[in-house]
This record gives sequence, C-alpha cells and structure tokens, in this order.
Amino acid sequence: MIFPKLKVLHSHGQQAIPDLDAVTLTERFRGRPELTETADTADLEAAAALCPTGALAAQPFTLDLGRCLFCGECALRAPRNIRFTNDYRIGSPTREGLVMRPGMAVVPFDPATARPELARCFGQSLHLREVSAGGDASVEMELGATGNVNFDFGRFGVGFTASPRHADGVVVSGPVTANMAEALRICYDAVAEPKLLIACGTEACSGGLFAESRAVDRTFFATHKVDLWLPGAPTHPMVFIDGIRTLLGKKRRG
Amino acid sequence: MIRYYTTDNTAAAIPLRDIPEVSYADFYDDLCTKLAEPRYHLAHYFVLPEEGRMRFYALLLDDETSQVLVTSFATDYYDDTALPSLTARHPQVHPFERDIAERYGIRFDGMPWAKPLRFPFDRYDRASSMDNYPFYTIEGSELHEVNVGPIHAGIIEPGAFRFICSGEQVLHLEIALGYQHRGVEHAFETTANRLRQCCLAETVAGDSAVAHATAFVEAVEKLTGHERPAQLDRERAIALELERMAMQIADTGALAGDVSYQLGQVACEALRTMTINTTQAWCGNRFGKGLVRPHGTNHPLDVETSAMIRHNVAEIARRYDEVRHDIKSSPTLLARFEQCGVVTRDQMTVLGGVGQAARASGLPRDLRTSHPWGVYAKHIRHESIVKTQGDVMARLMMRCREVLQSADYIDRLLTIYQQKYTDTPNPCTAPDYTAPLAASSLSFGLVEGWRGETCHVLVTDATGEIAACRIKDASLHNWTALALALRGEGISDFPICNKSFNLSYCGHDL
Repeated sequence: MIFPKLKVLHSHGQQAIPDLDAVTLTERFRGRPELTETADTADLEAAAALCPTGALAAQPFTLDLGRCLFCGECALRAPRNIRFTNDYRIGSPTREGLVMRPGMAVVPFDPATARPELARCFGQSLHLREVSAGGDASVEMELGATGNVNFDFGRFGVGFTASPRHADGVVVSGPVTANMAEALRICYDAVAEPKLLIACGTEACSGGLFAESRAVDRTFFATHKVDLWLPGAPTHPMVFIDGIRTLLGKKRRG
Repeated sequence: MIRYYTTDNTAAAIPLRDIPEVSYADFYDDLCTKLAEPRYHLAHYFVLPEEGRMRFYALLLDDETSQVLVTSFATDYYDDTALPSLTARHPQVHPFERDIAERYGIRFDGMPWAKPLRFPFDRYDRASSMDNYPFYTIEGSELHEVNVGPIHAGIIEPGAFRFICSGEQVLHLEIALGYQHRGVEHAFETTANRLRQCCLAETVAGDSAVAHATAFVEAVEKLTGHERPAQLDRERAIALELERMAMQIADTGALAGDVSYQLGQVACEALRTMTINTTQAWCGNRFGKGLVRPHGTNHPLDVETSAMIRHNVAEIARRYDEVRHDIKSSPTLLARFEQCGVVTRDQMTVLGGVGQAARASGLPRDLRTSHPWGVYAKHIRHESIVKTQGDVMARLMMRCREVLQSADYIDRLLTIYQQKYTDTPNPCTAPDYTAPLAASSLSFGLVEGWRGETCHVLVTDATGEIAACRIKDASLHNWTALALALRGEGISDFPICNKSFNLSYCGHDL
C-alpha cells in the first residue's frame, strides 16, 4: 500500500513555484496590451466595431481592461495598433487605472492610492471571503488555484476562509446578479472593519458581457469602494497574486 | 405515433416550416409511450412566442438509431388552458416544464413539485422570488433542517441546499438554484455580433467553455451551411478532450481533498495545472476561451504546439494513472467512496440523467457514441465507459478511465495532424463572423462535454438573425440525481457526493 504512494510522490516531485515575484507566463498568454497610434485608423475602427464588450474605442484610442475579455480578436484585426503582451501585472487600485492608452508601458499602480491601513493591518496575514455573484466558475477555479500546490499563495499568509466573520475582506467575482445582490451585501456587512474589497474578473469590474443585462444589479459597486480591480476572463492566478502583493506594498510596479 | 422531423447531429439546419405541428394530446400520448423506453430521452423542450401564438418545440434523442426527432405544437398566446403534465408520467420532463411554466405562466395540470426553476428576470410571476422559494418541509419533533448557501464555504458558485435530517441521516435534500441567473439566452438574442455570441457561449459555464462554444458554433455552422476542413473538427476535439481531462483531474483532486487524502489532492492539483497550462500554451487561455470559433480558428495547430501537447498529455496520463492505482489500493479511501451516494440505473433513467453521472449508474448515455458529430463520426469510434454501481467510487473511477481515454484520443488526433501537415500548411483559416445564416430555421449543436450532454438550439428569423437561443447544460438533468444520491446518507458525506457530480450552477441558471 505504501509503494503506489511512493510512486505518486516520486512523479510529483517539487511543484511549488520557487519565486512568485519572478514568474514569466507563456508568450501566448494575453495580458497587458500595448497600444500604438497610427495615422490610418481603418483597422482600429473595424476592431472596435467587433469588440464583444465595447472595451476598445477608436476615438480617442483606449482599451478598457475592466471591460476586456482578452479574446485577442482586436490584436488580430489591428496588429499595428494593438499587441497583447504576456505581462500579468494588470491589477489596479482604481477603476480608471484599467483604461489603457497609446504609449502606456505599464498598468499604473500608485501606492499612494491604496489605503495605508491595508498594508499595516494585512501585510503579514490576509484572509478573504470569496463571493461568486454570477461568476461562470472559471474565475472561482483560478482563485482556488492561487492556494494550490503550484502557486501556494499561502506561503505569504494569504488565503481564503469559509466565513465572512473570519475574513479581512471580500473578493467578488461575476457581474453581480440581481438574485445574488442581497446575499453579497449581507456577506460584506458581516466582515469586521477594517476590511477590503476586491473585484476579480472582467465581469466583476464592469459586468463584462452582462453589463446591460436586466438580470444584473450592480448597485453594490456603486455604493462600495473597491480597493483592487483585477481584470481577466478569467483572472489568472498570477494577476491576483501580483495585485495583492502590490496592494500590500510587498511589490512595486514600474 | 406523431410526425417528427427526423435528423441527426451532423445534418443541416431545419427550415421552421418543415417541423411538424401536432396537437398537444397527440404529443402527450406519443411522449408518454416513447419516454417509457430508455433509448429515448428529451434533449430539449422549450417555448417561443411567435405571431400571437406560443410554439413549443421538443428535441427527442433516440440512442439506438442516432436520430434526433424534432416536433412542435402550439397554443394561442392568451390561451390559459392547463396542459396535462408530462412530468406526472415521466419525471425527466420536470426541469423543462418548470422552466416553461416559470417563464411564460403556462400551467401544467397535475404537475408534481410545481416550483420555480431559476427565477429569471423575465419570469411570469414577479411576486415569486429567491426569498420565498417554497422549500419542502416535514413536520416532526425528531427532525431538523440544515440550510447551506447560497454562499458556500469553498470558492464555488452559489446555490441553496436544504437538508431535512434525522440525526446525522439525510431524509431529503432540496436544491434551490437561480442565484447565478445572468440572462445569457437573452444576451444572445439582443446582439448581432457573432464574436460576442461566441464569448457568451464560452461563459455559459466557464469550466465547460470549449463544450459550450463547440455546441454553439456547430449550430451556427449548420445554419451557414459552409463546409469546414476536417482538421478544424480534429482541433476542436483535441480542445474538448483536454478540457475533459483537466476537469476530471480537478474533480479527482477535490474528492481527494474532501477525504483528507492529501497526496492525491496535491498530485491532481499539479496535474490539472499542467493540463490547463497546455491549453494556455496553445491558445493563451487556461480554459480554452478564444479557441473555438465559427468556420476557423485563431490558433491553428503548428508542429511545435502539437509536439508540446502530445508530450504533456502522455506525461499527465502516466502520472494520473499512478494516482488512480493508489486510490484503488487504499482501503481508507475505498471505505469512504464505495457504496456512498448511490443512484440506481432506474433512478437515472427516470430522471433522464446524462453524461458521466448517468454512465456511472449503468445508463450508457454518451453523445460521442449515440449522436456523433465531427471527429466522433469519422476518425474516432468512441466506446463509452460504463460502470454499474452508481456510487461515488463509480463516478470517480469513471473520471479516472475517461482521462486515459481522452489522452489516447488526443494522441491519435495529433498523429493524424503530424502525418498530414508536417510539411503542408494547416488548412484551418481565420474565423468568419459574418457568414449569413439560413432564415427562418432551427439548428442545434449537441456536444458531449465533460459533464455530459450540452445542447444549444438556435432559431433564426426571416432576416437570418438569431431570434432565439435556448441552452441546456447537462446539469439541468442531473441536479435531481444529486438530491437522490443523498437520501439515507450521513450529512457529512454531502461534500463527496456533491463533488462526485460537480454540477454547474451557472450552466443551470443561465
């Protein structure tokens, strides 16, 4: 009975990523886009017309990561204007910070915009309650993966907890369906102060594909201040890890 | 015997005028007879308001002849005569009748358990809400109720579970869903942007992105009628089987975690990472979003990608098989998994169960065998794996075997690619989002995702725009099977029963 276990253990080997701050994702991963203006805007306008969530605007030329599904279609239509890099450092403390403009080489993250008590209170230990409010299970699985044997975010004292009473903050995924709006509010209210709020995934940031849906009720985001916006469909575990580390002042951007 | 339009899973779209319209009485009689035979089950049954009438469409699958039988009936828009309920005779019709009643206020006479299904925003009765869901209760001083949800302890989607227990033993479990309702079908109908529709299909259930996207583009391609290269079918099948591997491995890990079998849990976590990273190295997204598109692909296979997938899949299969072997040789695990959460073949048949959960109970329902499409109709003669025990262990072993089977299929499909396209270019071209659709037609995509039967039905209007989209995730059939699996079990076995099914909340709520 011990031998099959030894075999599994041997094949498993060492899985944890040694340095989470030094990770490079595959070239094909679509992360932070780089925008370049050209005199001829025909390609760009065609790409903007096709954009499934209206994240891309040709005049003025902007790409709102909070609405972007990272489908990559615009980069294929307008390769001279848009290129997706594999840079996963795309979390922002402000919603406006997610709007990319030509020439930007980084998603800005000004430490001054983060509340100072966050690093002070949660720098050594941060426990979060996740609320899926219409998420399609992919963001949820990626959040689960942040604690797995590969990413092991728990090494920095960051993890997910079963009860809002044990939590320091709430991570919301999904566009916030009307049928979940009240449960989300109750859960957030149950977390003791000081607390933080994270919007995880493009659907949470803007509603994504469901921004105009009548089944969605985004009052929660209109009445609560979000500390960290994390785009992605779904948000890659590294986007989450990088965002939290930067928010807590453990990492600087740019 | 009523008239059906007989088709299969590869034929072209059906002009609406060719779909027979029968009387409800005949429809009722015929379905009562047909659904009594296990070879038939209802794949979809829905209503569309059209020109002052309510037209009901039904898609019936015949597993023996690979046929899809389509028929319809209609009522006047304001006619509120109650229709005799088919659910009373065949419980598999239950979720469909609940949906029809909830959305349009159509009454079914004698329908047992006539409750809301998902509280859609456009429901007929606005007074019905999540807060007043009519849970079943049993009076008795020795019983207690346990409510779980809508927010669960883990990082999963919301849904409310109400257990009625006698001590530790569960007498009854009722599952109330709808918290995830986003209005997906309505979103399909209110856009003409086909890329947006593809993205919507991928988000119906994010863990089945490839299955839902494939079902949607299959339906679209039947409407455009364009030929597509056989290589495109192969690449879609590779993506689908990679998704199946990833999720079956993830669930093995989750089950292992629930019984504190840490070695299996971490080994499966690592193997799942490897699988979805393989998908990411191919298409840039760990869930395969962006991979399946109509008439073409943005990520055609090349020699390096093909070799990478092949190498990784072989390694994953080898290591996963070691985990399977370890599970089978661990008495502590067998003690938890065996004879726990049993759903019998008869129960599955009555409920119209589909997918791996049905196959674990001895009901061999698998579209890859019964209604093949794409490569399953050509290169791969799929033989379903069927277990008879219907317990957690059977559903787990089903996963273990399917991962190895999928790995084999991927290898075979990549071999074909390498034989054909090492020296010649890949014939898959860029996607086409503008090809005109056949007007006034109905088409469907039926795809066996990792969870089971995934069905997208599209109906176009006279101008060739998508007027209606009706989606069915395998979960719609199987949620009740989970409730039955819990009967008589200890409530502490709920997590492993739940994970052994791993049904979709968002796929159900739409």
